[in-house]
Amino acid sequence: MLSVENLAKNFGGVAAVNQCSFNIEENSITGLIGPNGAGKTTTFNMIAGAMRPTSGRITFNGIDITGKPAHELFHLGIMRTFQIPQEFSAMSVLENLMTVPGSQPGENLLHALFSSQKVRLREQQIRQRALEVLEFLRLTDLADELAGNLSGGQKKLLELGRAMMAEPKIVLLDEPGAGVNPTLLGNLADMIERLNRERSYTFCIIEHNMDMIARLCEPVIVMAEGSVLTQGSMEAVRTDARVLDAYLGGDDTPEIN
Amino acid sequence: MDAAQAYGYMLYLVSLITIGGIYALMCLGLNIQWGFTGLFNAGIAGFFAIGAYVSAILTTDGSPFHLGGFGLPVAFGLVGAMVVTAVVAWLVGLLCIRLRSDYLAIATIGIGEIFRLILKNEIWATNGARGIAKIPLPFETLAEPWNKIGFMLLVLAIVVAFYFLIERARLAPWGRLMTAIRENEHAARAAGKNVERFRVEAFICGSVLMGLAGGLTAHYIKFIGPGATEPLTTTFLVWVMLIVGGSGNNRGAILGAFMMWTIWSFSEVLTSRLPEELAIKAAYFRIFLIGLLLQVVLQRYAGGILPERRLVSVTNKK
Ligand SMILES: Nc1ncnc2c1ncn2[C@@H]1O[C@H](COP(=O)(O)OP(=O)(O)OP(=O)(O)O)[C@@H](O)[C@H]1O
Ligand SMILES: [Mg+2]
Repeated sequence: MLSVENLAKNFGGVAAVNQCSFNIEENSITGLIGPNGAGKTTTFNMIAGAMRPTSGRITFNGIDITGKPAHELFHLGIMRTFQIPQEFSAMSVLENLMTVPGSQPGENLLHALFSSQKVRLREQQIRQRALEVLEFLRLTDLADELAGNLSGGQKKLLELGRAMMAEPKIVLLDEPGAGVNPTLLGNLADMIERLNRERSYTFCIIEHNMDMIARLCEPVIVMAEGSVLTQGSMEAVRTDARVLDAYLGGDDTPEIN
Repeated sequence: MDAAQAYGYMLYLVSLITIGGIYALMCLGLNIQWGFTGLFNAGIAGFFAIGAYVSAILTTDGSPFHLGGFGLPVAFGLVGAMVVTAVVAWLVGLLCIRLRSDYLAIATIGIGEIFRLILKNEIWATNGARGIAKIPLPFETLAEPWNKIGFMLLVLAIVVAFYFLIERARLAPWGRLMTAIRENEHAARAAGKNVERFRVEAFICGSVLMGLAGGLTAHYIKFIGPGATEPLTTTFLVWVMLIVGGSGNNRGAILGAFMMWTIWSFSEVLTSRLPEELAIKAAYFRIFLIGLLLQVVLQRYAGGILPERRLVSVTNKK
């Protein structure tokens, strides 16, 4: 569904991503792991159009999407969340969610001013959906709170909420579990599974929580120093000596056991 | 107080409200750009000047000194002013909108000044430093106070109409989107919003109101020259008005405009009483006064007197 070929990104002299190639199969929940600084987030940034690759090619369902801007990719069905939460601080939590859906007639100035009926109907739908998402994330009580006032973990949930507001084909989650409490983490994994099964969302998940990866992901891609070290089932990856090496060599605590 | 004096005060009040209303339009425009969308337009003077000259040229009778002689009705002049500023703002937007907000400020200062210099130096079109005179005032046929009062009512009607339109747009998904862009452009992009396009849109909408204000000013004072488009009395004052009134709040923008214009014009009364040796410094004194006032207001009200309120838009409507 999504394929990355020989992707590279240099920041000045630093090669953050280098000759990185992998595929994400339709309907899979693919894990993307690797030590800190391996280039995972940078890879996401390039796939989602936030950064232009230095070289390489990205295709999505056969279309070359290399270097396309983020907003166009959204409309092709690619949604991403951010490792460091990016919320609309001075807007309410509910509004943060309501901003997301595409094709809102009210975003057209003339419709906003003169065709209130059409705008109102769509707004009702969107509000309904947003309230469901909040319910799901157990953030209902915070609907009217300014997003800037949320705690770190709540902001992570809001990131996820935004992904749920879109109707994406593939969701790129950058450490969705970081800072989220264990109970909710379980629900989160349930939710990802459910979205995958019932709505056939494809997922690619960056995560340092190996339990979560082990539970959800098949296959798992391991990145180190900007390229793919190995990939396969969690079982296979877990016992791979090179993977252990990469984690021990990096500054990450090895959670692999 | 005798009758003549009372009449004088009344005329003063009418002029205060008229010009306050014109500033309110510019403030509403800047509110769309900065208050909603976070675009730092420091070239208000340029758009104001374009609107003023376009309306002047379209409505004056023929003259050997400047382009014109179209003699169109004032309404055409004002619409023309809005259309031309829209086109110019669109071009400026295409060029500059990718710049980060502080760079956008610098770029727009430069562009605004370039417009003003062009208007000053293209003497064949604008009569240069001597300016364009005999610009028609609407309701000119009415007798003395009534023409002024008529124009005041016209300005107020325009302000009210735009207030309702802009407030409606603000509460619609359009306004939510602009605020989202202001708050976090990365998240807005990831949510599929074409940030550049919407920024240009907001920039045009705001600039159009500045052009309209320029046009109204030209008709009101019946004359337009380089002196009437100084950045001090346009860009600077409008910014202070919006910040004092409450950036992001349309009522705040209007309140700030009337309030600061009143203070600004009273400060002239004050400085005219200064001893002669200080009188030449009066302009600086007035700016100092405004700066001081800005400080005082911001100490008490960080978001302006009427700060932005967004939450109402979503929850109360089921
Ligand atoms: N904008 C940037 N400018 C310069 N260097 C960058 C930039 N973004 C990332 N890097 C560098 O690229 C490398 C890869 O960073 P990246 O964020 O992709 O790592 P990561 O795999 O997501 O790590 P983590 O697990 O800690 O989030 C790092 O060495 C980082 O310092
Ligand atoms: Mg990362």
